[in-house]
Amino acid sequence: MQRAALSKPLPAAFWLALAALSLSLAFYAKPLGEALSLEWLVDYPKLWIVPIQSQISAAMHWLIDEASFGLFTLREALRFLSGLMEVPMNLAIEGLATGLLSGTGSRAVEIFPPLSWIAVTVIFAATGHYAKGWALAFVQLACFLYLALFGQWHSAMLTLASIAVTLPFGVAVGLALGIACHTWSGFDRFMRPVLDLMQTVPVFAYLVPILFMFGFGPVSAMIATIIYALPPMIHNTTLALKAVPDELREFGTMVGCTPSQMMRKILLPSALSGLMVGVNQVIMSSLNMVIIASMIGAGGLGYDVLFSLRRLDIGAGMEAGLAIVVLAIALDRLSQALATRHPPARKTTSRAFPLNYPRSFLCVAVIAATWIGGNWIEALQTFPEGWQISTRQYWGELVKAINLNFYDQLEAVKLFFLATLLLPVKGFMLGLPWAWVIGLIALGGYKLGGWRLALLGTMLFGFILLTGQWDYAMISLYLCGVSVLLAILIGAPLGILAAEVKGFSRVMRVAVDTLQTLPTFVYLIPVVMLFNSGDFSALIAVTLYAVVPVIRYTAHGLDQVSPNLIEAGKMIGCSKWQILTKIKLPLAAPHMMLGLSQTIMFALSMLVITALVGTRDLGQQVYTALSQADPGLGLIAGLSVAFIAIVTDRFAAVAAKWLTAGG
Amino acid sequence: MKPAVTKLACRNIWKVFGPGGDRFLRGAAKAPSRDAFTRAGLIVAAEDISLDVIAGQILVIMGLSGSGKSTLVRLMSRLIEPSSGELIFEGKDLRKASEKELIEIRRHKMGMVFQSFALLPHRTVLGNVAFPLEVQGVGKAVHEEKAQEIIRLVGLAGRENCYPRELSGGQQQRVGIARSLISDPHIWFLDEPFSALDPIIRREMQDEFLRLQSEFQKTIVFITHDFEEAIRLADRVAIMKDGRIVQIGTPEELVLAPADDYVRQFTKHVVRAKVVSVRAIMTAPGPDAAYAGSVKATDHIEDIADAVEKAALPFAVQDENGRIIGAVGRRNIVDVLIGREQS
Ligand SMILES: Nc1ncnc2c1ncn2[C@@H]1O[C@H](COP(=O)(O)OP(=O)(O)OP(=O)(O)O)[C@@H](O)[C@H]1O
Ligand SMILES: [Mg+2]
Repeated sequence: MQRAALSKPLPAAFWLALAALSLSLAFYAKPLGEALSLEWLVDYPKLWIVPIQSQISAAMHWLIDEASFGLFTLREALRFLSGLMEVPMNLAIEGLATGLLSGTGSRAVEIFPPLSWIAVTVIFAATGHYAKGWALAFVQLACFLYLALFGQWHSAMLTLASIAVTLPFGVAVGLALGIACHTWSGFDRFMRPVLDLMQTVPVFAYLVPILFMFGFGPVSAMIATIIYALPPMIHNTTLALKAVPDELREFGTMVGCTPSQMMRKILLPSALSGLMVGVNQVIMSSLNMVIIASMIGAGGLGYDVLFSLRRLDIGAGMEAGLAIVVLAIALDRLSQALATRHPPARKTTSRAFPLNYPRSFLCVAVIAATWIGGNWIEALQTFPEGWQISTRQYWGELVKAINLNFYDQLEAVKLFFLATLLLPVKGFMLGLPWAWVIGLIALGGYKLGGWRLALLGTMLFGFILLTGQWDYAMISLYLCGVSVLLAILIGAPLGILAAEVKGFSRVMRVAVDTLQTLPTFVYLIPVVMLFNSGDFSALIAVTLYAVVPVIRYTAHGLDQVSPNLIEAGKMIGCSKWQILTKIKLPLAAPHMMLGLSQTIMFALSMLVITALVGTRDLGQQVYTALSQADPGLGLIAGLSVAFIAIVTDRFAAVAAKWLTAGG
Repeated sequence: MKPAVTKLACRNIWKVFGPGGDRFLRGAAKAPSRDAFTRAGLIVAAEDISLDVIAGQILVIMGLSGSGKSTLVRLMSRLIEPSSGELIFEGKDLRKASEKELIEIRRHKMGMVFQSFALLPHRTVLGNVAFPLEVQGVGKAVHEEKAQEIIRLVGLAGRENCYPRELSGGQQQRVGIARSLISDPHIWFLDEPFSALDPIIRREMQDEFLRLQSEFQKTIVFITHDFEEAIRLADRVAIMKDGRIVQIGTPEELVLAPADDYVRQFTKHVVRAKVVSVRAIMTAPGPDAAYAGSVKATDHIEDIADAVEKAALPFAVQDENGRIIGAVGRRNIVDVLIGREQS
C-alpha cells in the first residue's frame, strides 16, 4: 500500500487546486459555516474542549498535597531532595558571591568573605594558561576584568555559582546514563525516543511542573537546567565510547581487565576528548538556560536580563546580556581548550615543592593574600564601585536617539511587514477551518509517507484541538512559518556565498559560530530596543536565530558535492552559474532539506521565548501558566509545541527522502 | 633436538559471522557448502581449522587480506567465540574456562601485540608498559621497576615519560611489544605487528624481534601478509585462503613443494637460496670422490654458495653426526638460483 502511495506522486495541478481552495476557505469559511449551520467545523466549540488541563492540575495538586508513600508524603520527599541539593548550591553561592553570612536581610554579618574578584580572575587565567597557554590566559583575564569593570561582577558570580553546581550534577548523571546506554542495548533502545522527546519539548513545558514540585528557587532552576543539558551529554558519552577503537577494547580483554577496569581504565580515559565535548555542551546549555531558569528562581545575570526586559529597561538588559555573552565566551573557550589539551611530556625537573606546581601555588597565594589583605584594603576583596563603568546610560540614549531620528523609518518598515506579510498570513491561518487543516495534514501525510505519518499528524494535531490550544497553535505556526521562510531567503544566499567565495567563508564561519554561542534571549534585547514588543520583534528574533542552521546546511551541502562531478561539468563547458544551478544545488538539495527540519526546530524553540515580547501564541500560554503556577496549562501548551515540532520534523524528513529518490 | 610439545591446539575450529551463524552450522548434519552459507547471508571466516602451536617455536600465519588471519588469532585467544570446535591450551580445554579463569589465563599466560599498536593515548610509555601489571593489582613500586627494565630491553630507555603521540611508529610498536611481554606470557600473539611501518623500520623491527625471541624462547603466533617476513621469522608457516588453511610447513617445504597455485603465487618471488637447505639439493655421494671441503645438511644455500662456487671440486654434505650423506657442487647451486628443475 505504502509503496504504491510513494511511487505515484499526484500531479502538481492537484496541489495547486488544494492551495486555491484553502485560500478561499480561509476567507469564506466563516460566513459559509454560518449559512450552513456548520460553524463547529470552522471554529472548534469551547464546550467540546476536553478538560485535560484542569485534570492534570488537579492530579498535580493531589500528588503534592496528598500523595504519600506510607512513611512519608511526596511533598516531604521532594522537600528532602531539594534540601539536599540546596547544600552545594548555597555553598557555591556563598563561596563566589555573597560570602558566609549570619542572620538575614540588612542586618546580616559577614563571617567569611567570598572569593575576591582578583582571586577568581587569577584562577581562571591560570586555568587558561594550563589549558592552552598565554593567549587563553589573556582571554580569561580580559573577560573577567570586563565583568568587574562593567559592574556585573556580583550577578556574574551568582550565575557562575549555579553553573559550577549544575555542571558536576549534569555531567555525572549524563555520564552514568550514557554508560548505561553503552553497556545495555535494551536501555539504549528505551532511552532513544525519550531523548528525542526531551530535545523537542521546549524547556518551558517542564518549567511549570518543576516549579510545582520544588517551589520557586535556585534548586528548581538547577533541576530544569540539568534536564535541559542532559541529552547532549548522554549523546556525546555514547558517541565517544562507541568511537574507542576495537583494538583498544581487545587489548583490555587480553590483559585481563574486568568489566569495571575496562570501563574505568580503558574506555573512559580513551574517550576523554569526546566526553569533554559533552561537558562543553553542558556548560553552554546551562548558559543558554540562565534567563529561562531565572523565571523559576535563579538569580544572577539571567534575572537581570529578565527583569530589565520586563521593564523595557534596554540599557540594563544590554549590559547584563553582554555580560552573559562574555561569560559564555570565557567558559566556552576554556572548556574547549581543556577538551583538546594534550598533556605535555612530564619533565623530570627537581624543583622544590610549591614551585613544581607554579599555577596552583600562585592561585593559593593570591586567594590567601586577597583574603587577608581584604580586611584592610576593601578594593582587594570587591571591585570598587568608583572604578566601575556603566554603559547603561549610553544604551538608553542610543535607543532614544534612534527613536528620535529613525522612528518614522523603523515604524514604516515594521508597518510594511505587518501589512504585507504578517497580518495576511495570520488572518489566513486563523481563518482556516480546523477540520480542513487536519484533513490536509492527513492527506499530505498519507501521500508523502503513508498511513503511519497521516495517523501521527492527525493524532498530535487532534490533541492540540481537543485541549483548546488550536488558535494559539495556529499563531505559533504562522510566526514560525514566516520566520523560517525569511530565514531561508536570507540564509540560503549567504550559505551559497560562504561555499562559493573563499574569503567569505571564514567570515561567515565566525559569524555563525558567534550567533550560536549567544544565549537565545540575547537576541531579543536589540530587537526590542528598535521595534518595541509585538509580532514583528518576535519575527526578527526568531529569524536571526533560525538563519544559523540554514547557512550552515546550505554551505555544507554545497561543499560535499563530489569534485569529480564539478570537473565533469566544467569539461562539458558549463559556466560557473550553470555548475551552481544545474549540478551543485540539485545535489545539495536533500542535505538542505535536513537543514530545514533543524531550522524549524530552532525557530520553534526561539518562538517560545519570544512570548516575552508579547506574542499571543503557545509560548504565551506557557508563560501564563508559569505566572499562574498552572501545571496543566503549562504541560499542555508545552506538549503542543513539541507536537508541532515532531510533525514538521517527520514531514521534512520524508520530503528530504523524496527529493533524494526523485532527483 | 627437544621433542615437540604442543602449547595450543585448534581442533576443527569454525567461525561463521552473521546473524544466526552458529545455529546454522550446528543445525547442519554435515558441514554445509560455501554456497549454502552465502545464500544464508553468512560469512565463513574460519573453516574446520586444526593446527598445533609448538612450544618455543614461531608459527607464522599468512594469507591475503580478508583470508581470516585476524579472526584465527582472535579465536585462539578467545577474543571471539568459535562457532564450533575445540581449543586446547596447555592441556586444558580453553572453551570450558569460566570468565574468571579466562581473565586469569589472559593476565598471566597470554600476550598480544596489535597492528595499530593499541596504545592508551592518555598514558606515558611507562604507564602503558606497566598497565598489565597494574590491572593485576601488582604494587606500583614493583610494576614500575619491571616496566623500566623491559623498556630498556626494547631500546626505549630515556623515553619513559613520553606520550605515545610523541613517538614514531616503530617506537610505538616497541612500546606495544614491551607491554605484551611484561607479564611474561606463555604464548605470544602478534597480529601484523609491523604492517603499519615502512620497509626499513620493518626490517629493523624484525631483527629486534628475533633478538628478543632468542632471549625469551616464547611460543609465538605471528600474523603477516608478507611472505618475506614469514620466511625470515618462521619455524613453520600456515597459509590461509578464504578461512581455510591451505598448507602448513617449514618455509623450505612451501617453496619446494607448494600445495597449489595459491601457495606457488606466494613463493614464486622468494629468493630460494635463502630458504632451501643443502639437504634438499645434494646428490648421492660418489664411492671415492674427492671433496673441496664439507658443509652441513641444514645449511641454507645462501650461506655456502660462495665457497662452493669458487672451488673446482664438489663439497661433502654431513649430517648432525658428521657422517657424509651427500655431495653438492656448482651445478646444484646454479639450478637453485635460476629455478631450474633438478636434472
Ligand atoms: N565482526 C565481523 N562480522 C562479520 N564479518 C567479519 C567480522 N570480522 C571479520 N569478518 C569477515 O571475516 C573475514 C576474515 O576477516 P579477517 O579480519 O580475519 O581477515 P584478515 O586475514 O585478518 O585480513 P587483513 O589482512 O585485512 O587484516 C573477512 O571476510 C571479514 O569481512
Ligand atoms: Mg587482520
